[in-house]
Amino acid sequence: MTAALPNGSSDAGDRNASGPRVGVLALQGDVREHAQVLTALGARVDLVRRPEELDLVEGLVIPGGESSVMDKLARMFGLAEPLKAAIAGGLPVYGTCAGLIMLADTVLDAIAGQQSLGGIDVAVRRNAFGSQNQSFETDLVIPVLGEAPMHAAFIRGPVVESVGPAATALAGLDDGRVVAVEQGNLLGTSFHPEITGDHRFHEYFLEKVRARAAR
Amino acid sequence: MTVSETGSSRVKRGLAEMLKGGVIMDVVTTEQARIAEDAGAVAVMALERVPADIRSQGGVARMSDPDLIDAIIAEVSIPVMAKARIGHFVEAQVLQALDVDYIDESEVLSPADYVNHIDKWSFNTPFVCGATNLGEALRRINEGAAMIRSKGEAGTGDVSEATKHIRKINSEINVLRSMTKDELYVAAKELQAPYELVLEVAETGKLPVVLFVAGGVATPADAAMMMQLGADGVFVGSGIFKSGNPEARAAAVVKATTFHDDPAVIAEVSRGLGEAMVGINVADLAAPHRLAERGW
Repeated sequence: MTAALPNGSSDAGDRNASGPRVGVLALQGDVREHAQVLTALGARVDLVRRPEELDLVEGLVIPGGESSVMDKLARMFGLAEPLKAAIAGGLPVYGTCAGLIMLADTVLDAIAGQQSLGGIDVAVRRNAFGSQNQSFETDLVIPVLGEAPMHAAFIRGPVVESVGPAATALAGLDDGRVVAVEQGNLLGTSFHPEITGDHRFHEYFLEKVRARAAR
Repeated sequence: MTVSETGSSRVKRGLAEMLKGGVIMDVVTTEQARIAEDAGAVAVMALERVPADIRSQGGVARMSDPDLIDAIIAEVSIPVMAKARIGHFVEAQVLQALDVDYIDESEVLSPADYVNHIDKWSFNTPFVCGATNLGEALRRINEGAAMIRSKGEAGTGDVSEATKHIRKINSEINVLRSMTKDELYVAAKELQAPYELVLEVAETGKLPVVLFVAGGVATPADAAMMMQLGADGVFVGSGIFKSGNPEARAAAVVKATTFHDDPAVIAEVSRGLGEAMVGINVADLAAPHRLAERGW
């Protein structure tokens, strides 16, 4: 029953036929929301759960969800090493929330044995704001996306505690804590632009995908 | 200073969206909570007794001891949910004060109010509620539920009621999709649900919140079937810790949920799990003992 698959690609297949081919890591999390945004922006979306599916895409989104679950499943089903190789090879990857944790070189407050894929030279703390009662929405100024602030939802979100020399902070909260980072073709945000209707972060990511595909 | 807002619908519904494709497991001790997190649960439901024991031991089932809930919150880093009785808004206030991540207003416990459900809009902590059909789901959403789970028949290990409820909700959504706008007024009346929510479902073809399945899921194949029927994720209650090998079964259900459309994976993870929970056929339960009939 294909209706169960949160794939945004089938509806818009023809319209987006010339668009970049972008995967959404579909082990767990808000896959559907990312697929819908990417499809709306003209991408051809593939769900990625296996190494051979990763081989087909020109960019990858790692969605929000539970990072410890994504890590476990990625290693168990032989996807973690191909993902690391793809990241090392320059594949554009955008991670939101759990996705940012997966892309961080160092994870603080991880569960025992939890690993990340790495790639971004940052230390990220899981659940940095506390329980769901502390989850919040706010407006963020993100200079690379222009002057207009972005409305951002933080849901049991992580925070970037330290930014290494290879990475760049893109946005912070009023108290200075970093919540968006970039390193080469890698992007990570503590918050979830896929659920608040502002597509500028996804567009910024797709520019990287298109630029690399054009080379 | 930028304004920040907690407890909005966006962040309440958002947490449920992040749990999609995952398995939420009932746990009654910190040891079980540890097993659940290690097996890849996306969240745990902290309880004093799993539904199978509530069923066999009888008596009034209430909110769990705060000490137990605190201990489980301290044990794991994944979200922790806990149950309040239907209509028991003070139990819900206590759970919010304990800082649980989600409150389940649950028919598995004995109802505290046979007329009213909790006004869930008045809480900062999000709620998940059970439903057996679309009208019930929309009434709960109207009261502020940020996540719906179909009820199934908890504590039985019999998945037939869970199947019935997810199919019922989906088929009622499909009927709405095929209706013209003027027919939706009558549909709202018949569903006993607000017109605005009925219209939204008709236009989008889905509930405005995440829909998990619960009640009777006991095997990896059960979980995968619920996912193929359109569930966003599954709750497993008694099915894991009432089985022969909880560690292996918990991990297997997680894998089968992610790879729900891949029979080869489901076959592989179903091997050597030991005994499944013994279970009770729902058909053998006298009607007064069916939990799914609680709530309205």
